[in-house]
Amino acid sequence: MTTGSSSKSGPAHKLVEAGITLLIALFGVIVIVGSLKAGINWGAEGPRAGFFPFYIGIFIVASSAINLWNGLREDNDGLFAEWGQLRQVMSVVIPTGIYVGAIPFTGLYLASIIFIGWFMRWLGKYPWVTVLAVSLGMPIVTYFIFERWFLVPLPKGPVEEWLGL
Amino acid sequence: MEELVNLFHGFAVALQPFNIMVMIVGIVLGVLIGVLPGLGGANGVAILLPLTFSMSPTSAIIMLSCIYWGALFGGAITSILFNIPGEPWSVATTFDGYPMAQKGKAGEALTAAFTSSFVGALFAVVMITLVAPLVASFALQFGPAEKFAVYFLAFCSFVGLSKEPPFKTIAAMMIGFALAAVGLDSITGQLRLTFGITHLLNGFDFLIAVIGLFGIGEILLTMEEGLAFRGGTAKINLRVVLQTWKELPTYWITSLRSCLIGCWMGITPAGATPASFMSYGIAKRVAKNGSNFGKGEIEGVVAPETAAHAAGTAALLPMLSLGVPGSPTAAVLLGGLLIWGLQPGPMLFVEQKEFVWGLIASMYLGNLVGLLVVLTCVPIFAAILRVPFSIIAPLILVLCAIGAYSVHSSTFDVILMLVFGVIGYLLKKCNYPLAPLVLAIVLGDKAEEAFRQSLLGSQGSLSVFFSNTLVSSIMILGLIALFWSVIQQGYTRLRGAPA
Repeated sequence: MTTGSSSKSGPAHKLVEAGITLLIALFGVIVIVGSLKAGINWGAEGPRAGFFPFYIGIFIVASSAINLWNGLREDNDGLFAEWGQLRQVMSVVIPTGIYVGAIPFTGLYLASIIFIGWFMRWLGKYPWVTVLAVSLGMPIVTYFIFERWFLVPLPKGPVEEWLGL
Repeated sequence: MEELVNLFHGFAVALQPFNIMVMIVGIVLGVLIGVLPGLGGANGVAILLPLTFSMSPTSAIIMLSCIYWGALFGGAITSILFNIPGEPWSVATTFDGYPMAQKGKAGEALTAAFTSSFVGALFAVVMITLVAPLVASFALQFGPAEKFAVYFLAFCSFVGLSKEPPFKTIAAMMIGFALAAVGLDSITGQLRLTFGITHLLNGFDFLIAVIGLFGIGEILLTMEEGLAFRGGTAKINLRVVLQTWKELPTYWITSLRSCLIGCWMGITPAGATPASFMSYGIAKRVAKNGSNFGKGEIEGVVAPETAAHAAGTAALLPMLSLGVPGSPTAAVLLGGLLIWGLQPGPMLFVEQKEFVWGLIASMYLGNLVGLLVVLTCVPIFAAILRVPFSIIAPLILVLCAIGAYSVHSSTFDVILMLVFGVIGYLLKKCNYPLAPLVLAIVLGDKAEEAFRQSLLGSQGSLSVFFSNTLVSSIMILGLIALFWSVIQQGYTRLRGAPA
């Protein structure tokens, strides 16, 4: 976050797009390598496991090359997004990352309560009463709909065990 | 005649009280999904798919397809009232719907939109009723080469008909195929592309990809735009509805044309979004008062809505009869069939008559129920939109996480979902289409199997795909679709008309 919320700066679209195209090409290379490992020629039972993905990988690399060329040729001086906008995006991605990372340890319910509460309190600046009502209400409703009515078990952690759910 | 009897049996199935209840629940959930940003038809259905695990397949598909109809209806509400398309296919509805709302004619616009949606869907369902059994019985004769040719046609249509650059479409599609290939190879039983990571043994589940790419990705895009809802209130009363209904038949030509465009674009997997744009564009060019389009012309609402709904419905035709879904949502429904233990494709019409015809009958009823629900409940749905995004966003994120987890009861999938979400955000920003990626994940294994089996029969010679009239005509259609934009460009240049 070099420039903070100043409105007109951010990464150039061209640059980001070129980066993403290269990443896609890299993915293609990984697919090709993996296919070669699995064998791309004919075996006793016909084409081997890597035969089809090998050509897919080649297609990915080839089309990325064309996309890279087209992207760089294009007259586009626009921004990918402003830093302020990207910060908004990251303010969702990072907490969500922590949230999904915490689910295996805390269970889904506790993590959801904290996540919704955090989101509403810090990004929405709601009074605590609203925050608590929504963040507690949603997991409770979820519990009844999923676990009780439709019999779909959701991940639970120590708190649910302690409550005996 | 046999079809008619089957259809009546279908109605008997669909009219069971439980199924009617499921239908209404589905429609209401669907409209909600269509109204809320970040929850679209495809990922909405994907998230709710686990809820149907304990139902009978027929009730389950009725519920899920009704969610789909509801989402199609719901997209129009936000477009007209708030100038925010709830779904990509309702972007074209904003062009004239929102100006109408600003002029105080929101009721008329909504009535026109809902009624046109209904007409479009009805047209497509009638077509499905008549055509699907024929296509299915025809497809029963398909060998592996013909099967692959159908997949080839489906994917080529994406490249030729989508508005994104063709090579980006190809790249996105191939990423999907590569993801589908990860894990156990179904023919040789060998592991591939797993690089020793145990989580990848079973490959990538496309439901996770759908929830991530469409759900999380959409939320991130919305966050970036810093969305705020501002818009008129909706009042629909019987007088407005009846008045609009009196006016609508004058646009029957537009309606019919939009139905045809929609059906065509729905069967070829171009989908509802291009159908709505194309229909709007043609209506604008052809209509008497075409120059008024964009300023609040009711015909400008009729055209895209009819086409979008016809396309959305017609997308189920290839899904049911060939096992090739025409849209991401149809792909999710197809995934549902597999989970409930049904094999999509032509055999469905032979082995699962009750299921197929129950579904088709429910399409008639579901759309009727949908029309009634949206006409009567618009103010409620509009009120939901006024709930600020900072409350809705975390709730949707949690719902996505629940949906992703419950597919395989795996917390790894939830992490994967977030990764797909970030990828979806980046790809969308760089103008890569996501629909072909998802469809390739769904169909990748089947397409590969058909391809390898055909090659096996021909000892590796590609000529097998041109070995008889049937397979070669499908392949040639595919090639035409692949180069469609080039052909079109050449044609307009020849005529000297502006593109």
